[in-house]
Amino acid sequence: MPPKKAAKKPNVSAEELLHHYREMLLIRRFEEKAGQLYGMGLIGGFCHLYIGQEAVVVGLEAAAEEGDKRVTSYRDHGHMLACGMDPKGIMAELTGREGGFSKGKGGSMHMFSKEKHFYGGHGIVAAQVPIGAGLAFADKYLENGRVTFTYFGDGAANQGQVYEAYNMAELWDLPVVFVIENNQYAMGTSTKRSTKSPSYWERGAAYGIPGEEVDGMNVLSVKEAGERAVAHCRAGKGPYILEIKTYRYRGHSMSDPAKYRTREEVQKMRDERDPIEQVRDMLLTGKHATEDDLKAIDKEIKGIVNEAAEFSKESPEPALEELWTDIYAEEA
Amino acid sequence: MATEILMPALSPTMEEGTLAKWLVKEGDTISSGDILAEIETDKATMEFEAVDEGVMGKILVPEGTEGVAVNTAIAIMVEEGEEVPAAGAAPAPAAEAPAPAAAAAPSEAAAPVATPVEQSPDWPEGTEMKSTTVREALRDAMAEEMRGDEHVFLMGEEVAEYQGAYKISQGLLDEFGAKRVIDTPITEHGFAGIATGAAFGGLRPIVEFMTFNFAMQAIDHIINSAAKTLYMSGGQMGAPMVFRGPNGAAARVGAQHSQDYAAWYMQIPGLKVAMPYSAADAKGLLKTAIRDNNPVIFLENEILYGRSFDVPVMDDFTIPFGKAKIERAGDDVTIVSFGIGMTYALEAAEKLAEDGINAEVINLRTLRPMDMPTVLESVRKTNRLVTVEEGWPQGSVGGYIASTVMQEAFDYLDAPIITCTGKDVPMPYAANLEKHALVTTAEVIEAVKKVTYR
Repeated sequence: MPPKKAAKKPNVSAEELLHHYREMLLIRRFEEKAGQLYGMGLIGGFCHLYIGQEAVVVGLEAAAEEGDKRVTSYRDHGHMLACGMDPKGIMAELTGREGGFSKGKGGSMHMFSKEKHFYGGHGIVAAQVPIGAGLAFADKYLENGRVTFTYFGDGAANQGQVYEAYNMAELWDLPVVFVIENNQYAMGTSTKRSTKSPSYWERGAAYGIPGEEVDGMNVLSVKEAGERAVAHCRAGKGPYILEIKTYRYRGHSMSDPAKYRTREEVQKMRDERDPIEQVRDMLLTGKHATEDDLKAIDKEIKGIVNEAAEFSKESPEPALEELWTDIYAEEA
Repeated sequence: MATEILMPALSPTMEEGTLAKWLVKEGDTISSGDILAEIETDKATMEFEAVDEGVMGKILVPEGTEGVAVNTAIAIMVEEGEEVPAAGAAPAPAAEAPAPAAAAAPSEAAAPVATPVEQSPDWPEGTEMKSTTVREALRDAMAEEMRGDEHVFLMGEEVAEYQGAYKISQGLLDEFGAKRVIDTPITEHGFAGIATGAAFGGLRPIVEFMTFNFAMQAIDHIINSAAKTLYMSGGQMGAPMVFRGPNGAAARVGAQHSQDYAAWYMQIPGLKVAMPYSAADAKGLLKTAIRDNNPVIFLENEILYGRSFDVPVMDDFTIPFGKAKIERAGDDVTIVSFGIGMTYALEAAEKLAEDGINAEVINLRTLRPMDMPTVLESVRKTNRLVTVEEGWPQGSVGGYIASTVMQEAFDYLDAPIITCTGKDVPMPYAANLEKHALVTTAEVIEAVKKVTYR
């Protein structure tokens, strides 16, 4: 990751900073707890944690309006928490219980919320990209002024369907923000080993789509860029690309020992660029909050996460009858 | 309070592992995220991070220990200043390990089965009929549904300005405009995904594939995105949409343009699959498909497009899914087919009648749901079954029907079931070879004679 210019002196309220802090901390603590439950065998299969990337979704959600849509890959817990889905329902889906968002039938990678306009949770790398363009197609067709955030990683960015979607999104002026969460590793393959393109967002130029690179460890930079992207889409100018440079602290999934990078690389990122620590520093140095204020938030978040974990253990496994439901929709 | 640190499961399949190395010692202050130990799983050596803050109170499992079962206590963490509990006094586990799920009793709920449908006629007696091509019938079905619901739109290659590569969408652009009749670039994977997203977003797309051969580029979205989302979302959202276009062999277009996908799509829970034969089927089934709240695969046939059949003149003619049609009644043998396979089945039946063999010919019309009750009822009467399709033999539609009939009506069978299919070869180009590669009327006649011992 190239060194970024120091963010401009932020003109931002204590309330907003505290909101970002709280939201990012919720994701981090939730994910740590998910990792713990996985270690205990309560969560099965694949489990992809979002730790390190929190500023991306928190910053972009701050740029979204009610009714805007979002769709992402299997690394989806952070997106769901950031758009307001109940941590209890998310954790209970991770443990495969009745109280989960998909009644235990989707799991970590497949969750949805019509109410919060969260359209998944998709397990096939890059499949969510044309789906996101399609959601935007529907919004344009219905003339409802909504924007869709379509998240995908640097790994997905090499899939052909991304460029099929770019082409049609620009051709039809679809209101979609393509968000490339560039965490530098597609599972174990670094970006340097998968492409010679110097950047991903510039590939949009081939289709006439504007975009920019964003410091994804700085929630305020993300929010600002998100606002530019959303304004472009809402003005009817078509799609916009944000390549958000971020970093995942944990392995690709729970069973990834992450031997493709050094421990020092991860530690350096944590020590110097951590998105939560940055906001914490701003809050303390700007005298927006005291250590005690932040401790109180930490405690509150810990409580929410523990409550979610308890719920996810207590919620019963789905009834066997659930095997046979939701295969076909009822007729209108 | 002291908490136990348990041996973690670090892969979906790990049951035990080796505690390779401790990276902390007793008395160390630990922050969340610190690496506590290295653990060797069945796949790799993993770093094990602390979740909570505290002080390493006691290491219970020394490094180098092999075969440590998941959820075994390996260390005790205490809070700063807290005494390490004496050995033997079991501290509260960090969290309860899950009780193994009780062996699942087989559910009483059975797999969804097509409910038997009575053989009522598709239209009232005395309805005025009009000779219509399959092509016109498909167009009329789309036009009527688009008039009735503005959420319905058509997208695909050459559907708008060109008026359809096979002229199925002739006139639709003029009537409904470019917003609802949309030419796409040649990008099946992409537009199938966009249409699926549009369906999640509240629209009712009709996706035309110039042929279903090209839908292989898009099959990930058809199956993984469109068919499975309702289930994966616990019923919250699905994809009410139709994927349609010509399927199977046309004429002399070679191996890559001549595949029958009926058996492929029929296998997928979450999809419905219709395969019309006549113009009335085409119209009635397509209207039903567009109204269906699920993804429907609608398999047409280029050779049938130009054929004319009687279609009832009605305000709103639909055919329900899961209702086969007995095209010809008979007592000696049951012939089951669908789509263009019906031409061989009916031709064979005519010729067999000349030899005094009276065949009952069933047109399935939809393959998922499949009207097995009608098939079974007929087999119980004729005691003999021949199936006919153009697709390949291994994993064929006929193979599924045969296995079901064997399981449900074995005692009624007086002869082995014969499945007439296309040959087990890629489609050749040469005219004589192509004809032979498909199923033939002669083969159907021969099969019927075999099962009737004539």
